[in-house]
Parts: sequence; C-alpha cells; structure tokens
Amino acid sequence: MRREPPQRFADYGPLVFPAAMLVIFFVIPFATMIAVSFFERQQGGFYEPAFVFDNYGRFLSLFFGKVLGFSLFLAMAVAAACVTIGVPFTYLLSRSSRAAQIRWLVALLSILSLSEVMIGFAWSTLLSRTAGITNLFALLGLMEAPQALTPSFGAVMTAMTYQALPYTVLILYPALVRLDPTLTEAARTLGASPFKAFFNVVVPALRNTILATLIMVFIFALGSYLLPQLLGRPQHWTLSVLITDQAIYQSNMPFAAAMAVFLVLVSLSLVGLAVYAGRQKEAA
Amino acid sequence: MIVLRRLFFVAVGLFLALPLIVVAGVSINEKQTLAFPPQGFSLSWYGEIFLNDDWRNALFASLTLAALSAALALLVALPLAWFLWRRVAPWANIFQLLGIAPFTLPPVITALGLLTFWATSGFYGQPWTAVISHAIFFVTLPLVTLSLGFSAIDRSLVEAAATMGADDRTIFRTVVLPLILPYMVSGYAFAFVLSLNEYIVAYMTVGFTMETLPIKIFNALRYGYTPTMASVTVFFLVIAALVFGLIARFGDLPKLLGAMGEGR
Repeated sequence: MRREPPQRFADYGPLVFPAAMLVIFFVIPFATMIAVSFFERQQGGFYEPAFVFDNYGRFLSLFFGKVLGFSLFLAMAVAAACVTIGVPFTYLLSRSSRAAQIRWLVALLSILSLSEVMIGFAWSTLLSRTAGITNLFALLGLMEAPQALTPSFGAVMTAMTYQALPYTVLILYPALVRLDPTLTEAARTLGASPFKAFFNVVVPALRNTILATLIMVFIFALGSYLLPQLLGRPQHWTLSVLITDQAIYQSNMPFAAAMAVFLVLVSLSLVGLAVYAGRQKEAA
Repeated sequence: MIVLRRLFFVAVGLFLALPLIVVAGVSINEKQTLAFPPQGFSLSWYGEIFLNDDWRNALFASLTLAALSAALALLVALPLAWFLWRRVAPWANIFQLLGIAPFTLPPVITALGLLTFWATSGFYGQPWTAVISHAIFFVTLPLVTLSLGFSAIDRSLVEAAATMGADDRTIFRTVVLPLILPYMVSGYAFAFVLSLNEYIVAYMTVGFTMETLPIKIFNALRYGYTPTMASVTVFFLVIAALVFGLIARFGDLPKLLGAMGEGR
C-alpha cells in the first residue's frame, strides 16, 4: 500500500483522537499558562484576568537576574562536563562488542529513568558525613575525619552531571555508531596515535553533532529542579526551582507562568539552534 | 591503550555506580541509621515498602498511574503514527511535533501548564488528571518507537495484502499489528518506567491529594531519613533494569536507541 493523501473525510478518522488529546491537554494548557502570565495577582493566592506586564517587569530585578545568570551558568557547566566525558566514552562504547554495548545501554537507561528525587537522595547519602565517601577518605588517611559535603555547589554540579550523563551518551550514541570506522583506521595507518586520531579526526568530523548535543544537554540541565533544592543552598536555586517555588509555595501563579514562558522562549530558541547545527552536518 | 580504555570505562562505571552502591548499602542496615558500611544485615526495609500502609499506598498509586498513563500514551501515539505512515499529509506533522515537545522542553513548563489548566477547569487534584497529564508528557516515547516500527515495515507486504483485496482494517489487524507489536511493547515499557519515576508533573497536578512514590520520598526527606527511601530506590532501579533488560533480550536495543536519537 503506497502512501496516499487522504481522499475521503473518513480517512482523517484515526487522527481525531490523538489530535484532540494533544490540543486539549497540551496546546490549551500551554495557552492557559501564557494567559495567566498576564493576569493580575490577588491576595490569598488567587488571580484574576487582566492584561498587565507586571509579571514580566519583575524580570528586571537584581534577584531575578542573579537566578537567571546562575541557572544559565550551571546548565552550561553541566553540559560541558557531560560532553567532555560523554564524547570519548560513547566513542569507545560504539567500538565495543555488541554484548558490552547492550549491558551499558541497559545500565544507562536505568539510571536515566531514575527519579530525580532518588538521584538527589542517593547523592546526599554518598556525600553525607555518616555514610558518605569521606568515611573512605578518612579510612585511607586522606582526611582527618569524615565530613558532610552537602549543601554545596560541587554537590549540585556533580549530581546534575550524574543525571545528565546517561542522556548525553544516548544522544551521542546514534551518531557515533554510524561514524565511518575507516576514518580512524586511515589516520592510524598514516601513523597517528589513538589520541591524535580521536582529537584530529573523530572530534572534527562530529563537530556539529557535539554542538547539538551540548545544546540538548544544556536544556536538559536547565530543567533540573530538585537537585539544586536537595543538595544546594538557596543561592544555588535555578529558574526551574524558582518557578516551582512561586507556583506552589508563594502561590504567585502569574509570576511563575511569566517565568515559565520566558524559559520556553529560551529553550525553543536553543532547540532551533540545535536543529540548525544538526542540519549543517548533512550539508557538510 | 587498552589499559587506558578499560580504566576510563571503570572510572565512568564507578561514578555511575557509587551513589547506588551506597544506597543499596544503607538499605540493609539493621537499625534506622544512615550508616555505611551497613551495620548488621536486614531486609526489613524492603518488607516495609509492602507492609507499611503509607509506602504501600504510594507504591500502588505509582504503579496504577504508570500502567494507565502509559496505556493512554500508547492509545494516542498509535493512530497518529499509523496515520503519518499511511497518509501523505504534511500538515499532520504538526501533531508529531506537539507529541515530542513536552519531552524536549524543561518538564517544569509542561507541569505548570497542566497545573494552570486543571486549576482553571476546576478538576485540580482529581487522580485521573494525573493519568492524562503523564500520558501527554510521555507520549513522545511510544510515538518515537512506533514511528520507527512503521518505517521498518516492508511496504510490499502491505501492498500484497491490498492486491488480494484486504481493506485497511484487515491489513492493520493481520499484517501491520503483528509487525509493530514489539515496538508497541517497548514504547509502553519506556513510558511506564518513566512515569513510575516522574515527580514534578505528578506533584503539580495531584501533589496535594495523592502521593506517588517519588512524591512520598520527597515529602519524607523533609522530616529526615528513613531507610525505606533507600530500599525503594533500589527496588525501582531493579524494576527499570529488569524492564530494559527484557527489551534488550527480546528486541534490538541498539537499533531502538539508534533511531530514537534520530527522532529528536
């Protein structure tokens, strides 16, 4: 059966349910959120329809600027760390035996699906004073006594890298599996060391893939909302945490919605950039 | 070189495993202490998941939510993926884009959108709203696996059936369905496992009326530590590893993931 354009009205039948679901429960909520971002907040957590820009005006405050700056910096640092570890790792993984690849993929998928709450709990345990890694350091004589390593920026950064690394590997995996193995073989035959072959042949060939991955991981990290709360201090809160906090605890829905709309705009422009970077690969 | 490569794998493996090893360790402590290496040995904290009413209810809520929302996600994705495969209708691609969007954007956005929606429509806090919310949030997964499944179907098979006089319905039931069944199963499994672990969307939609396991852990964390958190984490990790292990055993995981990256 060839693909053909729908001829009769009934041919559109299968589309009705999915289209209705997506429009009612994704497009309309999205539109509701945008509408609420222009609403006026009332006392006691309520809000009423209006058309004001006050909620967006609050972006101009120093506090918001700090949170935004920190969120972007943190997401960038996490993305850079993940790509730095992920590219060589995925490259080596794609050259491993099929059985080894499958074992790693199962492990990575399991960690990727692990709840952010559980990742936060696991890291707070590993970095705790009583059950943490510092006990091992103390035992080895590297440290005088075990100590708690949370809350700290390092803890937030490490746990977020932990959370995003499986995602990074899974994004890179398809491109690296398809990478022509003769490329590195040629470099090796011509006398390049494995390191040289990797940095001078593999990395340049994947430049756009790496850039696109960097952006996707950046967006992923931007969405982290629990780890900064569980492992960091209030100054380590990100935009996602602030949105949740405003919506749930401060009951300021209009302001939360305005920040969410802003986050959408940032993410969408970045997705556009990632898609553009991906396209460049085909052209090259 | 081989040594270096092995060392790198070990280092990444350790980084990924360390927090989980410690959690597995504290989950078998005999007393309610956060100690590693564990003091004594007891599996009672695993029993607690099923014997303690609060934890059992949370587990039951999570399993129900995951089973129902993954089914609904599949029901949304299947006709859409079929239509996109069967028909030439470029404008219909917008629905595929809508299906992928919630998964690509930061989750807090979808969560807040649904919160404002359920609050405005007056259904806020009803358990079924979480099922719909999760189904929409995770529809990407069955959609991507099914699109892959359809693209793998040899069209000449379908053509042969059509030439022999089978109509769309018969072809779907006898030819298409058996071929995409494995992709339906893996799409469902991906959505199920992710829904089981999801926190923010569930919290924003039904967080005040219902406790799923991730919500329960987060709430419990505020009051301090109980080893049940550790045993639940290990339990969920085992479920995920089991599900993905089964997919790898009966399906082609590298192929599935190779194409999933492409769908993004």
